[in-house]
Amino acid sequence: MQPLLEMRAITKTFPGVKALDTVNLTVMPGEIHALVGENGAGKSTLMKVLSGVYPAGSYDGEIHYDGTLAEFRKIADSEAKGIIIIHQELALVPLLSIAENLFLGNERAGRGVIDWHETFAQTEKHLARVGLSEPPSRLVGKIGVGKQQLVEIAKALAKDVRLLILDEPTAALQENDSEKLLDLLLELKSHGVTSIIISHKLNEVRRVADRVTVLRDGTAVATMDARTEEISEERIIRDMVGRDMAHRYPERDRNIGDVLMEVTGWNVWHPEQTERQIISDVGFTVRKGEIVGIAGLMGAGRTELAMSIFGRSYGRNISGTVAMNGTPVDTSDVTRAIAAGIAYVTEDRKELGLILEDPISRNITLANLDGVSAGGVLNKAEEQQVAERYRTAMRIRTPGVHQKVMNLSGGNQQKVVLSKWLFADPQVLILDEPTRGIDVGAKFEIYNIMNELVAQGRGVVMISSEMPELLGMCDRIYVMNEGRIVGELAAKDASQERIMAHILKN
Amino acid sequence: MANSTETATAPASKGIGAYLGSHLREYGMLLALLLIMIFFQVVTGGTLLKPVNITNLFLQNSYIIIMALGMLLVIVAGHIDLSVGSVAAFVGAVSAVLTLNVGLPVFLVIPICIVVGMAIGAAQGYWIAYWRIPSFIVTLAGMLVFRGLTLWLLGGQNLGPFPKAFQSLSTGFIPDLFGVGKPNVTAIVLVAVAAAAMVWQSLRARRRNAAYGIAQEPGAMYALRNAVVVGALLFVGLQLANFRGLPNVLMVMSVLIVAYAFFTENTVTGRRIYAVGGNLKAARLSGINADRLTFLTFVNMGALAALAGMIVTARLNSATPKAGVGFELDVIAAVFIGGASMSGGVGKIVGVVVGAFIMGVMNNGMSIMGIGIDYQQVIKGLVLLAAVIFDVYNKSKQG
Repeated sequence: MQPLLEMRAITKTFPGVKALDTVNLTVMPGEIHALVGENGAGKSTLMKVLSGVYPAGSYDGEIHYDGTLAEFRKIADSEAKGIIIIHQELALVPLLSIAENLFLGNERAGRGVIDWHETFAQTEKHLARVGLSEPPSRLVGKIGVGKQQLVEIAKALAKDVRLLILDEPTAALQENDSEKLLDLLLELKSHGVTSIIISHKLNEVRRVADRVTVLRDGTAVATMDARTEEISEERIIRDMVGRDMAHRYPERDRNIGDVLMEVTGWNVWHPEQTERQIISDVGFTVRKGEIVGIAGLMGAGRTELAMSIFGRSYGRNISGTVAMNGTPVDTSDVTRAIAAGIAYVTEDRKELGLILEDPISRNITLANLDGVSAGGVLNKAEEQQVAERYRTAMRIRTPGVHQKVMNLSGGNQQKVVLSKWLFADPQVLILDEPTRGIDVGAKFEIYNIMNELVAQGRGVVMISSEMPELLGMCDRIYVMNEGRIVGELAAKDASQERIMAHILKN
Repeated sequence: MANSTETATAPASKGIGAYLGSHLREYGMLLALLLIMIFFQVVTGGTLLKPVNITNLFLQNSYIIIMALGMLLVIVAGHIDLSVGSVAAFVGAVSAVLTLNVGLPVFLVIPICIVVGMAIGAAQGYWIAYWRIPSFIVTLAGMLVFRGLTLWLLGGQNLGPFPKAFQSLSTGFIPDLFGVGKPNVTAIVLVAVAAAAMVWQSLRARRRNAAYGIAQEPGAMYALRNAVVVGALLFVGLQLANFRGLPNVLMVMSVLIVAYAFFTENTVTGRRIYAVGGNLKAARLSGINADRLTFLTFVNMGALAALAGMIVTARLNSATPKAGVGFELDVIAAVFIGGASMSGGVGKIVGVVVGAFIMGVMNNGMSIMGIGIDYQQVIKGLVLLAAVIFDVYNKSKQG
């Protein structure tokens, strides 16, 4: 059988770095091909070469598509051939309807006048194919991320997609939405749609992929065929990081002390819809040297709980008490919450955690400028030293602390956010999805940092949608559902099934 | 000794060329200003840098620069202030009424007017900071309101002339304490002291950075930069001394420039304003009271607009309903030519001063050449556009 796509000896260099080094990638028609690798391994670069973001001529090597040499100069060229990429950050306009989004740039129109009848009829058809039952006139901003993802796929179908490329399609989805999406991919495959899926979630890769190509440091280190050999997660990880990882979660000595933080009777209402209660009578404790997990589906209210505790950054009509070391503290604004010894490390580091245009050093000191100043005057040399110290301690991979954080990979950005909060020297850190969108190697480093934190006698609250991670790291796990705590499990008693059982029981 | 630690720790002692290449943005505008000055110096047959014209340059541009200092903070915080021209005119009118109709002395009029400016800034900043009403709209309203109030207050008439004490705000000079008169020895001494202080300050910063092991510009670049700055300062000082000495307004402006440069780069509050403009949500979640800072940038802007308004009034020797028309555009243009970002979080005081002088020298040079106001506007507009394109191009190249 002739391959649908053959990328031969692709080499792409940027000033000073070789992002791709003679990479070969072959995709057969009708297969799901997974592309895995650590952040910065070259997956996105390879896809940008394929789609024409990096035009022909700006890289070495050849792309053969459908048996002919393809030289894409812009995205429109590759789209015309049915190669469509769905990016991690969805490219939908929230204030337009599903139908309008579906045909954006591809309008059903005659002489510039949109044929709404045709548009809606076609939208219905494509929505049915992806299994989305929403009226085409619904605004995209009003539907959830999972459904938006389906709209993106429907949009690709509307363009007669032949090769569908999904970049981390399930990163922002909760478990059952991810399942649905993966089922859809398998279904599309049975109708002849070829896909390339980029993912960090190896269990999903194993579930849907026919073949897996592993990229490491800009080279394709292995291609495995699920139909002829057993692909274990351990094997993929070994190829990704170039070494054996005996344990995915580092060991630590558990040394749990007194209660450090106690939240009682916590209630929060929605900031706009005033009659809607988001958090109902929540209470929990964190001990010294303890990692406490909060499990739950998306929308369970975990982020809202954390942000409302951290200086009332979310919600209104907040009631309840927060006590540190047995004494109630004032957390009515962020400054006071920080002073009380609480830090919140956001799940959305680009939007809420970092100033992307600023260098690493300025980001690290932002929450504790008093620590590098006297009488309101900054000591910039000391600031640099502080930043250097964290760069070394947290192993932030960068030429220097003057580097803008926008140029760092996801894992390194996360380390900058963590550094910022460590410099504020909190007693309790609330980590919201601390490993989202970062690769296996960096995840392991984040886990190590968490272990160091509790070894220093701090407390850590870990919010995560990845249950294996909670089970691997936490001493105790609270289960949240619909704004309430519906269960509490000691690590030794916890399992994915038990957590799900607590959620479903309610 | 300092030298040896420096070479050991500074990782990249590349050549001057490579350094300039990577810092093109910072030096590019300074270079542009230099080229523009050389150009006009040649085509005006040397008039541009004559003592009397240098004095004029400062007198003409002082109020734009003073307002641009405040505008930088407003723009860095992610906002804009369109009302500064009207506010300057209104405060100018207030100062005229207080001086001429009420008969208050200058030393009372100045602080009262500054407070009026702050109150205006507070009134606008309140809606912007605490009610989250877009600054463009609030200050557009302010622009209309205060223009109208100026007309009302002056009854459509010019109000003047002012007593000597008030005029000296703009047209006064520092007398020669050494009694020589020409050249003005005080001016020479002050400028020499300022140059020495700058060199000493930069030397200290360099030593400290070296001690902490921080990479910095190559030694040759450092020496060249200091030599150019000192040379320029001394040249300007000598020229001024040969006319009437240092204008009062130059002193006010210099002190403000130094103070605001220090504030923006070396204070906690200054840093926080940049953070608010860089990423508002992240700044809030880092414990920064963004609303109060936004409010204060507008109060500050009001105070500087008031000061500028009095200087303009003193310079014209009368308060007029049409004073300050279009100032807001010159001020905003200076800030953007100086490298500030429309989306906030980026911009430097030094850049703003250079930006304002680029506009000022061009105004002045073209007027000397007798180019019509029509062409002047076109050329200024194109320069603004070119500067911002240069900025965007530089950024995309860094990628």
